[in-house]
Amino acid sequence: MHSRTSPAPPILRRDQDLSYEISHLRALEAEAIHVIREVAAELERAVLLFSGGKDSAVLLHLARKAFHPGGLPFPVMHVDTGHNFPEVIEYRDKLVEEMGARLIIASVQDSIDNGRVVEETGPRASRNRLQSVTLLDAIEEHGFKAAFGGARRDEERARAKERIFSFRDDFGQWDPKGQRPELWNLYNGFVKPGEHVRVFPLSNWTELDVWQYVAEEKLELPCIYFAHEREVFKRDGMLYAVSDHVELLPGEEPFKRWVRFRTVGDMSCTGAVASKAQSLEDVVAEIAATRITERGETRADDRISEAAMEDRKKEGYF
Amino acid sequence: MATGAATNGKPTVTRTSELVRFATAGSVDDGKSTLIGRLLFDTKSIFEDQLEHVEETSRRRGDGYVNLALLTDGLRAEREQGITIDVAYRYFHTPRRKFIIADTPGHEQYTRNMVTGASTADLALVLIDARKGVLEQSRRHAFIASLLRIPHLVICVNKMDLVDWDQEVFDRICSDFTGWAAKLEVQDVTFIPISALHGDNVVERSANMPWYEGPSLLYHLEHVHVAADRNLRDARFPVQWVTRPMRDELHDYRGYAGEVASGVFRTGDEVIVLPSGRATRIAGIDTYDGELDEAYPPQSVTLRLEDDVDVSRGDMICRPANRPKEAKDIDAMVCWMSERPLSASGRYRIKHTSRTALAKVDEVVYRMDVNSLHRDQDAASLELNEIGKLRLRLSTPLLVDEYRRNRATGSFILIDESTNDTVGAGMVL
Repeated sequence: MHSRTSPAPPILRRDQDLSYEISHLRALEAEAIHVIREVAAELERAVLLFSGGKDSAVLLHLARKAFHPGGLPFPVMHVDTGHNFPEVIEYRDKLVEEMGARLIIASVQDSIDNGRVVEETGPRASRNRLQSVTLLDAIEEHGFKAAFGGARRDEERARAKERIFSFRDDFGQWDPKGQRPELWNLYNGFVKPGEHVRVFPLSNWTELDVWQYVAEEKLELPCIYFAHEREVFKRDGMLYAVSDHVELLPGEEPFKRWVRFRTVGDMSCTGAVASKAQSLEDVVAEIAATRITERGETRADDRISEAAMEDRKKEGYF
Repeated sequence: MATGAATNGKPTVTRTSELVRFATAGSVDDGKSTLIGRLLFDTKSIFEDQLEHVEETSRRRGDGYVNLALLTDGLRAEREQGITIDVAYRYFHTPRRKFIIADTPGHEQYTRNMVTGASTADLALVLIDARKGVLEQSRRHAFIASLLRIPHLVICVNKMDLVDWDQEVFDRICSDFTGWAAKLEVQDVTFIPISALHGDNVVERSANMPWYEGPSLLYHLEHVHVAADRNLRDARFPVQWVTRPMRDELHDYRGYAGEVASGVFRTGDEVIVLPSGRATRIAGIDTYDGELDEAYPPQSVTLRLEDDVDVSRGDMICRPANRPKEAKDIDAMVCWMSERPLSASGRYRIKHTSRTALAKVDEVVYRMDVNSLHRDQDAASLELNEIGKLRLRLSTPLLVDEYRRNRATGSFILIDESTNDTVGAGMVL
């Protein structure tokens, strides 16, 4: 994931006036590494939730930095809806193998087969919400006390209020009104049996920070983040990829278009954006100029209601 | 103009821009949300879909105006009740800097949220309504900012449009505040007359107040010197994690990972490990990106030591001639954060840097009235949102500095042993 062909950019920029400056990306990086190490040191069993998206790619990279030259002291878990972009699965497998990380796959299909959840039907069916059950079951099965996620506070209103260490009760629920105060860089990771914490080391990063960091670190990402020609269809003003997982409604016609994906989720609820940005530099420029948030532009799951994310999070969502 | 691209065309951020955290406290009446909305809007940090959403919600609620408070009030309960309950974090950037705003509610019953937002802030923004002058609430906000040792305080005298842009009003408020603030330890106070609603002196200098010669708020935020606020004198490295790779080629590798709390560490430096007191030297400073010659706050690095000394999580690496205090009893200012009052004979977990111990309350020395700064020495407990001086006895010594000298090694949290809740925020005296 880390291209070693050219030396990494200098991590430090010490000014001539000896003021020991640190760029905002390096300050965010240092904060995230501190958080990741705290979790590994204080919570017995941790797991890193990895979707194959850009945020989890950055998170995994930071985890690697945190324990270098040692290996990751926790496994990586993918909650697999079965409705993935094939390019993302390919990327996931290659990356995990390169890193020698242990990969756990928690499958929504298994949850359906076991009768834990009932699949939605119809052309607008999505497995997005079902993931919460699969995730919580896997956390319980493996006895995880901490699960790292790549969520950021700039993504969504409810997330803006969430702690870096976000406590979950025995039912996996988030209680937004009863959150533990979080002061300085002192995190409270004490949990009782059955409870766990979700930990968001990228809380203070914005989408632009993530892309600038990806560019600076020369991280590899799934190719669907870059412009490519693809068969899509239009629904509710958004472009979706044509795939076996999505049924077309009457009147919806597939057509070809240059697109890229700004977020990577389940194929059934992740929209594409029309784009010609084929290089990292192009993408950074596009993100710097955009006037629409990433979830607003690409995620159908947030359009259900004003508090869609808050409600899903209360149920144990990422 | 100085803020350049932030207000004119597409914002970009250079990769060497600096991170600045600031806290705001206030209620809707102060115009705090309007001010934040204006900063976000004028730096093009509000996206079209967010604005559409706010417009639509404002319409549905019958607000009669575009209620920018809805941008920051992220929880359903907050939107329903029209109040800010919790700290919300907002982000914006200009070509020079990236800003993190900790937006906190201003009422007394949310003092704990203000303390939380203030704990990591480089700068505090306090709003004063020009028509009302210095109120109890503004004094409370300034007191909390000084208690948490926020190095820079900006007093925005807002609603200048409603006092006819009158310089005398502004001057009177400045002198009232300065007279009172003499009791506080604030190093840097800046007063800016603004109208958040009309944008005067927020991003651009106002033509309505030619008598004001200072910078606009955004210009000040972009230029205030925060790098110098870090403590670079006292080398403190709390060990978070011991790195022992399992691979054969690194069999003998022992690294001590952590974040530099303060001071500067260089390869070859003589250091001691506390509490053992063993002396050694720094053999190397490792990161994934290669070795460094020196490390400074807030970098996360891994130190290697020349001698094979016993070091574990919770230990602190520092310089032999400059050590923190090894304390079994500490006096501290504590803000109580739980609905269950402080128990005067209670026992709590105390988390300080990377070390957790137990603390017993020996004495409630006094409780501070956050409005009058009066000290009540008869107080026996602290209730939610109250601040007081406590004497604590610890199960294991902690390696502490005074908070006023070192925010990183002078701060701690108290955790309730039975509920695991964070119940107190402490600053070592």
